[in-house]
Amino acid sequence: MNIHEYQAKQILSDYGIPVPVGKLASTVEEAKQCAQMLGRNAWVLKAQIHAGGRGQAGGVHVVDSFSKIAEVSHQLLGTRLVTKQTGAKGLPVNSVWIEETVELKREFYLSLLVERVSEKLVFIASEAGGMDIETVAIESPEKILSIEVNPIVGLQPYQCRRVAYALSLKGGQIRMMERIMRGMYQAFIDKDASQIEINPLVEAENDALLALDAKITFDDNALSGHSDILALRDREQEDIKENKAQGFGLNYITLSGNIGCMVNGAGLAMATMDLVKLKGGEPANFLDVGGEATAARVTEAFKIILSDEQVKAILVNIFGGIVQCDMIAEGLIIAIQEVKMSIPIVVRLEGTNAELGRQLLNNSGLSVIAAEDLETAAIKVVEYAGGL
Amino acid sequence: MSILVNQSTKVICQGLTGKQGLFHSQQALAYGTKLVAGVTPGRGGEQHLGLTVFDSVQEAIDLTDADATMIYVPAPFAADAILEAEEAGIKVIVCITEGIPILHMLKVKAVLENSNSVLIGPNCPGIITPGECKIGIMSGDIHLPGRIGIVSRSGTLTYEAVKQTTEQGLGQSTCVGIGGDPIHGLRFIDVIKMFEEDPLTEGIVMVGEIGGSEEEEAADYIVDHVSKPIVGYIAGITAPPGKRMGHAGAIITGGKGTAEGKIAALTAAGVDVVRSPTEIGERIKARLS
Repeated sequence: MNIHEYQAKQILSDYGIPVPVGKLASTVEEAKQCAQMLGRNAWVLKAQIHAGGRGQAGGVHVVDSFSKIAEVSHQLLGTRLVTKQTGAKGLPVNSVWIEETVELKREFYLSLLVERVSEKLVFIASEAGGMDIETVAIESPEKILSIEVNPIVGLQPYQCRRVAYALSLKGGQIRMMERIMRGMYQAFIDKDASQIEINPLVEAENDALLALDAKITFDDNALSGHSDILALRDREQEDIKENKAQGFGLNYITLSGNIGCMVNGAGLAMATMDLVKLKGGEPANFLDVGGEATAARVTEAFKIILSDEQVKAILVNIFGGIVQCDMIAEGLIIAIQEVKMSIPIVVRLEGTNAELGRQLLNNSGLSVIAAEDLETAAIKVVEYAGGL
Repeated sequence: MSILVNQSTKVICQGLTGKQGLFHSQQALAYGTKLVAGVTPGRGGEQHLGLTVFDSVQEAIDLTDADATMIYVPAPFAADAILEAEEAGIKVIVCITEGIPILHMLKVKAVLENSNSVLIGPNCPGIITPGECKIGIMSGDIHLPGRIGIVSRSGTLTYEAVKQTTEQGLGQSTCVGIGGDPIHGLRFIDVIKMFEEDPLTEGIVMVGEIGGSEEEEAADYIVDHVSKPIVGYIAGITAPPGKRMGHAGAIITGGKGTAEGKIAALTAAGVDVVRSPTEIGERIKARLS
């Protein structure tokens, strides 16, 4: 789960990490009030959406008058901001974060994440802050330092000093860096994060270190234990269909093609999409109905697939396993009747009683094509969708 | 022969009294697995499926000498179940549970680093040596005792590979589902190494997917250490970056972990990578003859 920048900064601040002073506004009027309350004569106004790349997309502005605060917030609020991370539809700007401007000398990168190769929490630090870390990793890998934390002993002070030295920090800044890294580590553990990224972490004119931007992602598997984090969820930043699917225990992801896919198992669901593509079609979605493809779940899955108007045909691919195929076929028939399916549907059933399942489908009087095997099913569905 | 489990493996089930534990234990017994006891804290002394339930893994081991465990404990408590099994000295720990918090798994892995136990999973279908021992949620019917070792990150895709190798008359020596989580027990390299050393495994099928770099690491290993033919399949060519494709571990981040990258690495290592999952069986058969 993702949260907004202002929420991430609040969490970091709770853990002793310095952040600029700021306020949140969801109307133009509030924006002006925020600026007045903050005082000063210049502010940074940042669109709050769950995606990076806001600066280049016109979502971040430095303004020096109340009238400009009004102008820019009017221009941003209520629109959808498209950045290189959002996709073509962009994400809704329902609030802006207004904060003090910071005169800065240097920009660093600092993040903490789960590293899959070492199977440890790893701090990534770089003197090249404020830019895309993946780009830095490719263009100047020598500028990236990574520090593994042993989960049993936890973060050690010398590891923080190593980062401080690598960033050429001096005097009190070294202690400050230790405080920031300890805060990040503790927040990560307490809140079951999966990534905390401060980019940039800046050295201000007065030598103080500040988190100028912040991004925190949480481990979905641990959310049930964190009601405070769940309260930060902003569903308007998430895909409506994906959310709806989640409510029914389905894993659904929208793609851009016209062939709906419904599969049991995540790996097989990906493989099915790939096969559709290999046969010249374009998958409209990823959808894993899970281990138990019951009539109720399948019905909801069909409804979600059909709510995408681009879908011209559907491929159902179920490998029965322990659940028997005749039972699955019965569930499919109920679901197809329930949703009044009007587009071609190709079904591939495999596993125990597969033949019986196919017979049930073929004798159902519905316009369902029960394919003999996966290869045939993929070819047929591409044909029906008009792909070939 | 086989790897990790066989007809003499004695198995306990942690979480036997739960719905999943009970159902799959019944299936395992029907398949012929030597399931000898169950463990559910607080339910010691109960009898289910003709098995005694113990309060702790240690008690179960003391009385039954079990050397493997299958875990169907709910996600928030599953890491505790794994660590308890490790401390009791169980050699093969199979965790089926999906949804374990990643920080729990980091601790589990740190403990397993200096342990004689191996962990399979979590978030996996389990392990089966056909005709001998089934520990997991796979359907026994589709398997056939035989010559191919199968290792996979995905459940239902493993079944595809199993079905095809059965249809080709090759059968399977052992099938290991290593799981769909980013942090998990045995990795591709570990299992491929065991298959290479197992005299009755003649060919290997590995089924990978987007996310992480285990397939690439396996490719590096295969070049110098594996002589047996390997057929590979990687799911997720059409997966968009930054999206978690069902499995917690199936995500392309920062341009890393793409299907194309994995296919290229494995192909360069001499693995025969099929583009369609329907070609796995034919291809491994061709490689054996």
